Amino acid sequence: MHQSTPLQLFLAEVGQIARFAGKFLLQWFKPRYEFAEFIRQCFIIGYQSLPLVGLTGFIMGLVLTLQLRPSMVDYGVESQLPAIVGIAIVREIGPVITALIFAGKIGSRIGAELGSMKVTEQIDAMEVSGTNPFKYLVVTRVLAAICMLPVLAILSDAISLYGAYLGVNIKGSTSFRLFWMLVVDNLAFNDVLPAFIKTFFFGFAVGVIGCYKGYNSKKGTEGVGQSANSAVVISSVVIFIIDLLAVQITDFLGFN
Amino acid sequence: MQQESVMTIAHLYKSFGNNHVLIDFNLNLFKGENVVVLGRSGSGKSVLIKCIIGLLKPDKGDIVVFNESIGKMGEVELDKVRARVGFLFQSNALYDSMTVRQNLEFPLRRHWLAVTQDAVNKMVMEALEDVGLAHTIEMMPVELSGGMRKRIALARTLILKPDIILYDEPTTGLDSITGNEIISLMIDIQKKYNTSALIISHDMNCVRRASDRVVVLYEGTCYAAGTYADLLLNEDPKVKQFFEQAIK
Ligand SMILES: Nc1ncnc2c1ncn2[C@@H]1O[C@H](COP(=O)(O)OP(=O)(O)OP(=O)(O)O)[C@@H](O)[C@H]1O
Ligand SMILES: [Mg+2]
Repeated sequence: MHQSTPLQLFLAEVGQIARFAGKFLLQWFKPRYEFAEFIRQCFIIGYQSLPLVGLTGFIMGLVLTLQLRPSMVDYGVESQLPAIVGIAIVREIGPVITALIFAGKIGSRIGAELGSMKVTEQIDAMEVSGTNPFKYLVVTRVLAAICMLPVLAILSDAISLYGAYLGVNIKGSTSFRLFWMLVVDNLAFNDVLPAFIKTFFFGFAVGVIGCYKGYNSKKGTEGVGQSANSAVVISSVVIFIIDLLAVQITDFLGFN
Repeated sequence: MQQESVMTIAHLYKSFGNNHVLIDFNLNLFKGENVVVLGRSGSGKSVLIKCIIGLLKPDKGDIVVFNESIGKMGEVELDKVRARVGFLFQSNALYDSMTVRQNLEFPLRRHWLAVTQDAVNKMVMEALEDVGLAHTIEMMPVELSGGMRKRIALARTLILKPDIILYDEPTTGLDSITGNEIISLMIDIQKKYNTSALIISHDMNCVRRASDRVVVLYEGTCYAAGTYADLLLNEDPKVKQFFEQAIK
């Protein structure tokens, strides 16, 4: 039989994921709406990742500030530290770190959950129980990921900035009010909006890839592990690709 | 006497690539009758019943359930048929993330068969009592033994009061005592609700006790058919190999 090259396999996989995403786009607005399950997923997905997102956000804000300080002092612009940290967090670090943590926590969870449901025939059982499993399992999870990641990213930004405030105050002394004013004054609409919009796409990517991997899981416990693992790896890479595209697009549209 | 046919499978073909699993398979199921499909592992028994319930699409052929063809149905009509045809999965397929109660409620609510909480509770209790496991109602599937899981899965199938039940290897993986209990349950249920059943099995004990009629699935087709007693006397080596162990 014809042996496929790795490149062919890769392209086939990309095609399959795109088809899966297309199916989601065609299905999500059509009844029957699984509203209760969607709310439940929002709660699980949002609530479960909150502590981790908060902790990593806090540490990133604190460390970033401490790392930047010496150079800022060298250039004599120490007073601008809050401004530069604010921009870094809101435009890039907050959304991307949150998305990566989200991919690790939620992408793997969805991949493993749907994967084990697939191999133990639970998805088939749903289908014969008057339920469209794609709507009940996939649409609800992807929508919940799309809705929750932006919320988490905003919370993470806030916690990161608080970490940065503490970082500034380890070696200097700035009132919270002054810190906050410096951050806000230097953040334009153009900084905030594109960063916010791209988190929706990050959520979409994590949700779709996690569901795709779980839904197409191979038989056996090994297959389930593989699904969870590749869901995280692929969605992390895709997050960076989206990030790269987003910066090009905002540049092109003059949002910078 | 003219019997009422509840399901007819005619000239069914199903392949996966070059693997021709079902080749011109034919079967009739009458009201109140238990038919056992006997076949070796990998002969396509699970594929056959997954075609019946619409989980797999056959390549060719027709499956008629309650005088309507499965192949021509849309999602809504198919769901109506599925509410009347119970399916006991080989792997039980209990929802891991739900309690026993929620597992049983799921098909009821999804098929809109019971809406009020009182009606749902009553039907859940009745199904659990039918399988003798009323005390497990708040447990999670992981806390149950293999035999108990099978019985809960059976309760989840029964709760819809189906007219036809499809059993995929109901006794495989259970010890013979537990297996016998499951078979007794299946026979009781058939008597109590006058259901028809298609039972997939290679457990000769199950075939002997539960079958009104036996069909041997071999190389994708209906190789031999008859009552258990008929086939016991069949001299064909392909048929004999199943029954030899039963005679011993
Ligand atoms: N979704 C599928 N894709 C590809 N091949 C399949 C699929 N499902 C089943 N097969 C193939 O069909 C054949 C029959 O499988 P099936 O599961 O029906 O066997 P079975 O008779 O139920 O066996 P067992 O007693 O072990 O359950 C096997 O060769 C299997 O590899
Ligand atoms: Mg099987």
